[in-house]
Amino acid sequence: MIERPAKSVSRRRVLKGAAAAASVGPFFHAPKAFSQEAIGNWPAGVSGDSVFVGVTSPLTGAYSADGADHLRGYQLAIEHLNGGGGLVGHISTLKGNGVLGKKIDYKYADTQLKPNVAVQEQTTYITSNKAIMITGCVSSATAIALEALAQRMHVLNMVGASGADETTGADCQRYGFRSQPGAYMAAKALTPTLGKLYGKNKKMIFLVPDYAYGHSVEHATGTLTQQELDWKNLGSQVCPLGTTDYSSFLLNVANSGADIFINVCFGGDAVASCKQAKQFGVLDKMKMVVPNISAFQAQQTGADIMGGVPGTMDFWWTLAEKNQAAKLFVDAFEKKFDAKPMWCAHIAYAQMIVWADAVERAKSFDPVAVIKALEEGHKLAMPLGEVWYRATDHQQVRDVPVVMGKKQSEMKNKDDYFEIIEMAPGPGLMPPDAGTCKLPGYT
Amino acid sequence: MSWPLLIAQVFNGLTLGALLVIVAMGLTIIYGALGVVNFAHGAFYVLGAYAGYIAYSETNSFVLAMAAGAVFVLLSGVVIERGLIRFYYDRPKEDQILVTFGAGIVLVEAIRAIFGGLAQHLPTPSWGEGAVHLGITYYPTYRIEVLGIVAVALLLFYVVLYRTRLGLIVRAGIEDPLIVDMLGINVRRTFLTVFGVGAAAAGLAGVVNAPIVTVTPDMGADVLVQSFVVIVIGGVGSFWGAVAGGLICGEILALTSMVAPSYSQVMLFAAMALVLVLRPQGLFGVTGRQ
Repeated sequence: MIERPAKSVSRRRVLKGAAAAASVGPFFHAPKAFSQEAIGNWPAGVSGDSVFVGVTSPLTGAYSADGADHLRGYQLAIEHLNGGGGLVGHISTLKGNGVLGKKIDYKYADTQLKPNVAVQEQTTYITSNKAIMITGCVSSATAIALEALAQRMHVLNMVGASGADETTGADCQRYGFRSQPGAYMAAKALTPTLGKLYGKNKKMIFLVPDYAYGHSVEHATGTLTQQELDWKNLGSQVCPLGTTDYSSFLLNVANSGADIFINVCFGGDAVASCKQAKQFGVLDKMKMVVPNISAFQAQQTGADIMGGVPGTMDFWWTLAEKNQAAKLFVDAFEKKFDAKPMWCAHIAYAQMIVWADAVERAKSFDPVAVIKALEEGHKLAMPLGEVWYRATDHQQVRDVPVVMGKKQSEMKNKDDYFEIIEMAPGPGLMPPDAGTCKLPGYT
Repeated sequence: MSWPLLIAQVFNGLTLGALLVIVAMGLTIIYGALGVVNFAHGAFYVLGAYAGYIAYSETNSFVLAMAAGAVFVLLSGVVIERGLIRFYYDRPKEDQILVTFGAGIVLVEAIRAIFGGLAQHLPTPSWGEGAVHLGITYYPTYRIEVLGIVAVALLLFYVVLYRTRLGLIVRAGIEDPLIVDMLGINVRRTFLTVFGVGAAAAGLAGVVNAPIVTVTPDMGADVLVQSFVVIVIGGVGSFWGAVAGGLICGEILALTSMVAPSYSQVMLFAAMALVLVLRPQGLFGVTGRQ
């Protein structure tokens, strides 16, 4: 209450008035203390009818086929979020009229498989387009760089395809959420199958692409097979990312005396190295395992090489035969693109849906509120089954498909390259909470 | 490490190096004769691989595929030289680098737009299938035959360079283009042929290498960088320099992989740095070129 001073003002009255004015001052600040402070691009980025999402994907480079698939997943998800279809409707919070009534606007950029390019592009989306969320990559090195950017700029990052443990381990960020199984999870899912197929006490050798993902998968797979199957690690042939001729590495592999050849290469590198492994007689001498099979690997390498090869994937389209959500996704994708979705498309699509649901539940685009909504561990019925985020490291808890390549004679149609041997239950695969992830603050 | 493996890797280095020799031969002729730093050379390699892939799909003949790859890239090289490169002969080197780099990007992205990013499959020819036991290790038959193909191609190059008038002009133009001009020889018209032939060498290498690696738009990126290393080590504009440089680089890649696989590419650059320090013109380089 402000006292209006009387026309003739005594000194005492002025002092009283001043004291009264000072005492109500804090109450003017009170509303602000209870509201959210502006953070990142919130609320500036949500002031209009639409919100902006920045999308990046490697459209050139060794992973360009997966990158194109990844982008299609985003395009389909945004179309559904804005206009209905697919999982929108199946997930009760999503109505097909945008997110919180606002249309999703987006642009995409080619990362060229380079983290610095991805960071540059997303920085532009954050600063010029006021992106409320950034997403998309097919590379752990890029994922880690974008997570750091997201944390710095306080803009949420729904991580694209990234398989290294560090993404939700040593390099975890409060503003990053990763859905793909990390190297540990994939190895934990795969190891029992390797035991059943090949038995214990085998000798293994690795072919490893020289970056975060490669070393992470090598470490996880090597450690778990040693611990659970008493396999002996004869070492690694480390090759630069994007190598085309693997002859010198494969000669070493062929002469190593190993029983099992574990090929960690991905994308175009996986295709080249698998083809050349056959040429050098490696596949006649030993069994090949591919811990994380790239989406188009069988299509490009051929069923004669990939037939009988075990591995894991984030998603395979035959899940549609058993899971309603998978069927909705696969059918919608096939209708729009006249092709089956591969797992990079699945990651993109699923991350957008999970994010949109979290925003709807938080009833706000405020990144702090959305992060907390995701950290609640709310379970969603998605193409893989039930999925939710673990609060301690922002790794999604989800089942992991263990697959095996089909021989040409076993394929029922032109896309039928893999059989899902097992859906390894997610909760049993999570890395132990050993404290490598220390999530930074919300602000 | 064992003796059989060492010998096997030395042999592998020869085959790795053989492809580099052919690619670098084209690059060194273009750089030596025209003075043009051709950063589109990797794109010519890719163009050749795709031309060969299409020809093989239509004819099922690998020999025709090789011819198609070389001829198509020769013609493409001629078109690019007439339409673009010839305006840059008198421009600074940085302009040449930029324009050829840009042309390379355009070519590769055009290929990606037409064929997509998925790897195409050019199968090993029937006469190259299987593996041969060399006494020490099994080795893919086709890679041994590549040595033969490269030897034939090099012989052709040698004959053209050292036994024809065209070759005489090219070699003279490498040594001293000013004198050649003053003698009334139209060196510029020769440039057209040289650029086409140099590009064709990369195209042929693309087809020949296609059954070994995968045919993708990005297959030329590594090759471009490695071929520059080869000509720096061997010496710009030198036939024997390209041969020696290519084989040395192949051996470096193969032998380093035995002890420190992740350093195999790094050692290439270490070798290049060493040559630049000790003998900047390269092992067989022509010192007169400015």
